[in-house]
Amino acid sequence: MNGYLVFAVVFWIASWFVNEWLVRQKFANAAVDRAARLVVPLLFGVTLLVIWECVVRGFQIPQILLPAPSAIWAKLISSIPTLAADFRQTFLKAVITGFVLGSGLGFVVAVLIDRSPFLQKGLLPIGNFVSALPIVGVAPIMVMWFGFDWQSKVAVVVIMTFFPMLVNTVQGLAAASHMERDLMRTYAASWWQTLVKLRLPAAAPFIFNALKINSTLALIGAIVAEFFGTPIVGMGFRISTEVGRANIDMVWAEIAVAALAGSAFYGAVALVERAVTFWHPSVRGGRA
Amino acid sequence: MEKPGIWKDKILPVLTVILAILVIWHVFVVILNAPFERDQAARAGTVITFSEIVPKTFVQERPVLPAPHQIVAELWDTTFNKAITSKRSLVYHAWVTLSATLLGFVIGTALGILLAIGIVHNRAIDRSLMPWVIASQTIPIIAIAPMVIVVLNSIGISGLLPKALISTYLSFFPVVVGMVKGLRSPDTLYLDLMHTYNASQSQTFWKLRWPASMPFLFTSLKVAIAISLVGAIVGELPTGAVAGLGARLLSGSYYGQTTQIWAALFMAAALAAVLVSIVGVAHSMVLKRMGVKP
Repeated sequence: MNGYLVFAVVFWIASWFVNEWLVRQKFANAAVDRAARLVVPLLFGVTLLVIWECVVRGFQIPQILLPAPSAIWAKLISSIPTLAADFRQTFLKAVITGFVLGSGLGFVVAVLIDRSPFLQKGLLPIGNFVSALPIVGVAPIMVMWFGFDWQSKVAVVVIMTFFPMLVNTVQGLAAASHMERDLMRTYAASWWQTLVKLRLPAAAPFIFNALKINSTLALIGAIVAEFFGTPIVGMGFRISTEVGRANIDMVWAEIAVAALAGSAFYGAVALVERAVTFWHPSVRGGRA
Repeated sequence: MEKPGIWKDKILPVLTVILAILVIWHVFVVILNAPFERDQAARAGTVITFSEIVPKTFVQERPVLPAPHQIVAELWDTTFNKAITSKRSLVYHAWVTLSATLLGFVIGTALGILLAIGIVHNRAIDRSLMPWVIASQTIPIIAIAPMVIVVLNSIGISGLLPKALISTYLSFFPVVVGMVKGLRSPDTLYLDLMHTYNASQSQTFWKLRWPASMPFLFTSLKVAIAISLVGAIVGELPTGAVAGLGARLLSGSYYGQTTQIWAALFMAAALAAVLVSIVGVAHSMVLKRMGVKP
């Protein structure tokens, strides 16, 4: 019998039992308890990697189908310059610019139409409708209009992130209750004062919700847009060409970078959210 | 609500905005397509006035931005004037994409519901899997689409299934997250009531948790079906433009057929709208049968 496979099964069962045991424990020390909460998902992730590695080695799956995690790691380490260039092109130029422009534009438009209920009623259903559409499809058109370089990717990202931001901000601006608005009125607060001191803070959870959605959408938009044409650098470009050249380990390395970048981006937005909306019940605690 | 209210509150604003978009669109058709006409005139050595340019920008063969009527004409032509089985029929391509979307959606939903049930009933699965499910949403999963297609192709699986798998992967996560929330939504009060009835775990599940999760399920299903359409379209890109709406987009962008791209885009939009509204109708029907007031 294959040693690798046996080890995979044993490791899997062992980690399963450790996890079962860990979730049933109640540690007196708060720090230990938190550590235990962290260890469970980590152990699960490690188990997946171990099983993956062992299955690839055990069944001797060819590199071209599914490389082992160790092989992907080796490739990742050895091709850091390439990956860094791709990261710069796709993430720092296209994703960040597009994310800021698209979200900013959506926010500004939402505030502008705030005073016109007519426009809101007209734009909201359309915004909701467009959010459900496969917007990545505009990628070929944008590549035609703005050329192969990162500008066309920015355009795609702007279009993708605009509508979630618009819809969420409009909803968020309506979130402050009548009581609070009446209070502002009794203070003789102007529209601007009400907006800045009451309604924008009340809208913050909605806005951050949109920012979180957009952080994922932006990366997807930029990568897919690169499938349609790009200079010889970029994550989407690397993925599609290395697939064509059957360098699957390089593809996985690129995906690892994309995953890391995506999670870090999302995590950064979530951190800012915690800092800004510290008053919101979902942040303040009251764990279920 | 009376009829005039609906007209004034819903339809009129939307129509106004759509009209405004159309007007802006026509303006941009002129602005974006005019340089080509000027170029043509300059090459021919003739002077062209603005009033001569305008009508020409609406009938270009390969416009930078096609006018709406050109797109409609292309849509009409490829939808009704071609045999459905023909490769030039948009209906054929839409069907290819739709079948992959639906297959992926069904598999993804089933898997998602099963996993959600596991998560709700087993703390170890919950603690170890849930963080990964949430983390996986922050990852551009679509990036692996080309690899999945090519790798599956190389072990002999091609056609519908690889695309459907990408749709599955994408539609799976919203369903898991929504269902976990939904199955956990019953109050402790109700759960205690079930407990006093001496209800078994499966009885609690079928009579309390499952019905309570329906609104959450349908909300996630709307997201899931929209995203599985995206998955199917992106899944069609790396196979080298064989069939489907994604292939239409890609071949259009290779050969500069802007009208074809826009037509495919509108078809995809229509498809998404129909799919989402079907889920929406199912949603309200189910809720009505469960006795929820509209």
